[in-house]
Amino acid sequence: MSNRVFHVVAGTISVLWLLPIAAVIITAFRSFDDIAANGLAAVPQSFTLAGFADAWTNGGAGAMWNSVLVTVPTVFLSLALSSAAAYALSRFEIPGRRTVILLMLAGNLLPPQILLVPVSKLTELLGIYDTLFALVVVQVGFGLGFYTFVLQGFMRAMPNEVQEAATIDGAGPVQIFWRIVLPMTRPALAALAALAFTWIFNDLLWAITVLRSSSVMPVTPALLALQGQYVSNWNVIAAGSVIAAIPTVAVFLRFQRHFISGLAVGAVK
Amino acid sequence: MSRRVPPVLLLFVLVPLLVEGFWVFWPALQGFWLALTNWDGVSAPRFVGAGNFARMIDDPVFHTAVTNTAIWLVLFGGLSAAGGLGLAVLLQKERRGVGIYRAALFVPVVFSLVATSLIWQVLYQPGWIFDSSPLADPGTALYAVLVPALWRQAGYVMVLYLAGLKGIDPGLHEAATLDGATAWQKFTHVTWPQLRSVNSVVLSVIVIDSLRSFDVVWSMTRGGPYHSSELLSTYMYSTAFQSLKLGYASALAVVIFVLAFGVIVTYLVRAFREN
Repeated sequence: MSNRVFHVVAGTISVLWLLPIAAVIITAFRSFDDIAANGLAAVPQSFTLAGFADAWTNGGAGAMWNSVLVTVPTVFLSLALSSAAAYALSRFEIPGRRTVILLMLAGNLLPPQILLVPVSKLTELLGIYDTLFALVVVQVGFGLGFYTFVLQGFMRAMPNEVQEAATIDGAGPVQIFWRIVLPMTRPALAALAALAFTWIFNDLLWAITVLRSSSVMPVTPALLALQGQYVSNWNVIAAGSVIAAIPTVAVFLRFQRHFISGLAVGAVK
Repeated sequence: MSRRVPPVLLLFVLVPLLVEGFWVFWPALQGFWLALTNWDGVSAPRFVGAGNFARMIDDPVFHTAVTNTAIWLVLFGGLSAAGGLGLAVLLQKERRGVGIYRAALFVPVVFSLVATSLIWQVLYQPGWIFDSSPLADPGTALYAVLVPALWRQAGYVMVLYLAGLKGIDPGLHEAATLDGATAWQKFTHVTWPQLRSVNSVVLSVIVIDSLRSFDVVWSMTRGGPYHSSELLSTYMYSTAFQSLKLGYASALAVVIFVLAFGVIVTYLVRAFREN
């Protein structure tokens, strides 16, 4: 394919792909009156931040904070627990290690539907239903198998000599984990952290399974509520979607390479 | 690998395993048990054996949900695989500007499906492309939900195929070119056979993703109008948390599990071999 033909084809597809996003961004900056009078598809006659202000003050700010409170601890705990498990399972002859690895991965492959009713009841039983804590622990539990699987594969590829040298120098297994193995695992941890961040930030199903009050809803389910609240206020709905997309787009742009390599390595979700 | 296992390392494995056991394996077992009961969530579950599964036979909504899930599997899976492969082949060669095109196609992947569905709901409003929203028409609702899902999934599959294409030895293509092969011959005889392992990954991903698809349908139509865009996943959720038929909902979840089972086992077998 010649260069010119390539750029025409690829350029056209890319523009078509981005068109819906452009349409929504433009809508978000229009005023309600302009849309009501001229229609959604008309050339904009207004430019205002009112849609963003409405979306942000009517639950957006609180929802964003809830998302931070869920996403940060979930990503941290998931990676902490799974890297510990991965270290033990990849560098030591743990009895039944293969079975444990596959069992943990199998748990992550289960369709979440089979867990929804029991998990919802379990959180009620523990008295944590409708709290962000419940959402954190549920998502940590469900994600662990996948992260452990990816990390143990990565850690197994490390040369044995490093561990042996450190052992001769008198370092214990925990020290080796902390000082040597974890730093060497950084690329994989970065990839998984970027991926986990978007999965957890974008989650809807677990949130609406263990949460009920609008005051505790993170961004993704709150966006759904915004839609119900602002029926046909398309500038507010569009602005809400833009706000909800900003954190994951930012993470993607900042960690693009990690992100892509994480997807290619994992390929389960 | 070290032969002697210090006790502290058993904790390294046991703690995560217990967390997953408590929040995944234990609830999963309960889920299978609840599928054999009638339960409103308040009084004690009543054992009904295979009663819930027998009820599905006469449940028209279940039939619609199964049919739609099958359509979803074929169209969502098939089109995103074909589209993703096509895009990857188009954008595989490193050249000026290719990174921008790849990023453009990939951007929707990082959006939540709720945000994606709102974006498309704006576009579906009368005035842009349609005179009336295709989401409101039972004849088109399922397909109107499918398009945003594809828009987001194609970029993801593209990334998987780009990684696969990168792994192909360029010497094979050079040899084929020297032999006078056309572009299509090179694709069918060199590229495609080399993509075997990526294809099986993509197949597992799209089957698992299809059966898990929930967010996009739930945010756009809630499975309506008149259950016309109902998938097994949305029907299961509304049966559980809106109709509060927890036993029947668990049985629907078991059906989803059975459909996913083959793919899960295939995936695990491959993981086992690589391990």
